[in-house]
Amino acid sequence: MAWRMSTRTPASVAAGLMAVVLVGGAVVLPAYASFELLGELSILLTMLVLAQFWNLLAHHAGLVSLGQQAFVGIGAYGLFAAVIAYRLDPLPAILVGGASALVLAIPVAVLALRLGSVQFAIGTWVFAEAVRLGVTQWNAAGGGADLSLPLEAREGMLGADWVGATFDVEAAAARDILVYWSALALAVLTVGFVYRLLRTSGGLGMTAARVDLVTAQSVGVRPARMRWMVFLAAAFGTGVAGALIFLQGARVAPDTAFDMVQWTICVIFIVVIGGLGTIEGPILGVLAFYFLQRALVGYGDWLLAVLSVLAIAFMLFAPRGLWGIVHAATGLQLFPTRRRLVRNRGEVPPKKAAGN
Amino acid sequence: MRLENISKRFGAAKAVDDVSLDVRQGEALGIIGANGAGKTTLLDLVAGQLSADAGRIELMQRDFTRASAARRCRLGVGRTFQIPRPFEELTVFENLLVAAAHGTGRSERAVAEPCAQVLEQTGLMSRSDTPAASLSPFERRRLELARALATGPRLLLLDEITAGLTQSERDVILPIIRAQGAAIIWTEHVSRSMAALVDRLMVLDQGRVIAIGKPEQVLASREVRETYVALEL
Repeated sequence: MAWRMSTRTPASVAAGLMAVVLVGGAVVLPAYASFELLGELSILLTMLVLAQFWNLLAHHAGLVSLGQQAFVGIGAYGLFAAVIAYRLDPLPAILVGGASALVLAIPVAVLALRLGSVQFAIGTWVFAEAVRLGVTQWNAAGGGADLSLPLEAREGMLGADWVGATFDVEAAAARDILVYWSALALAVLTVGFVYRLLRTSGGLGMTAARVDLVTAQSVGVRPARMRWMVFLAAAFGTGVAGALIFLQGARVAPDTAFDMVQWTICVIFIVVIGGLGTIEGPILGVLAFYFLQRALVGYGDWLLAVLSVLAIAFMLFAPRGLWGIVHAATGLQLFPTRRRLVRNRGEVPPKKAAGN
Repeated sequence: MRLENISKRFGAAKAVDDVSLDVRQGEALGIIGANGAGKTTLLDLVAGQLSADAGRIELMQRDFTRASAARRCRLGVGRTFQIPRPFEELTVFENLLVAAAHGTGRSERAVAEPCAQVLEQTGLMSRSDTPAASLSPFERRRLELARALATGPRLLLLDEITAGLTQSERDVILPIIRAQGAAIIWTEHVSRSMAALVDRLMVLDQGRVIAIGKPEQVLASREVRETYVALEL
């Protein structure tokens, strides 16, 4: 074998090492950080998860969804149902939230994945509203009123005793640490999953199908299969994130759980200003979102107005977002997916190509 | 590959009208005809971009009349488009990689070496990391051919692959085609360069086959000369 394929770059190797150090630092952060900061980081990490999955859906699979709030809400209600009705511990119940969203996504996919892009966007929005209305009318789910997690479930969470003893904190703080670690694990797994997926031949096929569907099919790409997989994976991940978000507050209501502005519009903002189509973009975008939120904390709905104007400005003047600006200036790629043909060591250099 | 009584209509117009033919392994069949004769529609029907209104398509003695384009590719049908359609966001190598991995069902790692061979064969090795969007028209044409070859075709469909090329550019492309062991169905508007390379030649007129046989016999036939008096034969 004279040739092999590689995606690795010097920057990606350095980024990998840096990521290990950062994640390691993030794991031990509860020993040093305030609980307010841990709470904010938990929200930030779950927003990053939502942004990564929306980016995967919209850019890579060509599925611009305006209904991701349905999966956030169902994830949250799945967790609450598992804890309240089945007395499950809240930590494993997070996965029940994801599974609930996954189950809901299957019939949605059957219908929505047959639609064109515009109809898909509208269809997912309508579906999310229908789910919100259904949950509002469902007595077992509170009939539109708030549901709270039982105190014993919150304070007796799996591992809370160990965390409380290790960090010398009370039960409520131990729960916050567990939620923060769960959010961190989910964010790391999500970024890893998206990066891995984009480096598979399925990921490359998905890109080809987005660029030119007819030609992609003519070289053997079966985009429907990948779109199904991405839609279901995004539903599961978004459901898990929803479960985590509402576990933190220990309270859920339909209007907050299925809030389109919070769980879809703000996520689109994060992706647009960070950089659509890259893994790095949503990471920068979520940081920008966090600092903007802090800067405009006393201005209520003005935050949304500022976000909207900024998003439009980015679409017009910097369509590749903040990461696009960084990449153009430095050439940096932390998560490279570009495949290159590399000659194996010890092989003779390639002949000069003919006939250009 | 065998076509039996294939027809395709677009509204009132018959694009392909009751066409039957077969192509054996390693054989090269040329198809000529004026604009609108049905050449590209016929290739679209074989490759699965269009479905036939009537008739039957067999590949390797199995009925694939209703099979998807992707499935046909995996079974060995590779094609080029009349107007090159590279995946512009991808590099030249990635264009081949996606075709090789999906067209053969093998892993990217396993097809890297065959892709390298096709790049060398088509003279695109020095452009392997170049985004396809920045290729010249001639390079796009070569990439079109290279991508079809990367799928490992047993039946190669070439849609006016030399259209718009200069003679020197054709001199680069034609030996690559000639070196293929696959069966070939090759359409061209201008026939001279193709006639010297194919085993049989077929002439289409308004979707119907008006002649098929040895190239020199077909080109010499009176009906073909009368129908295609305006063509450079």
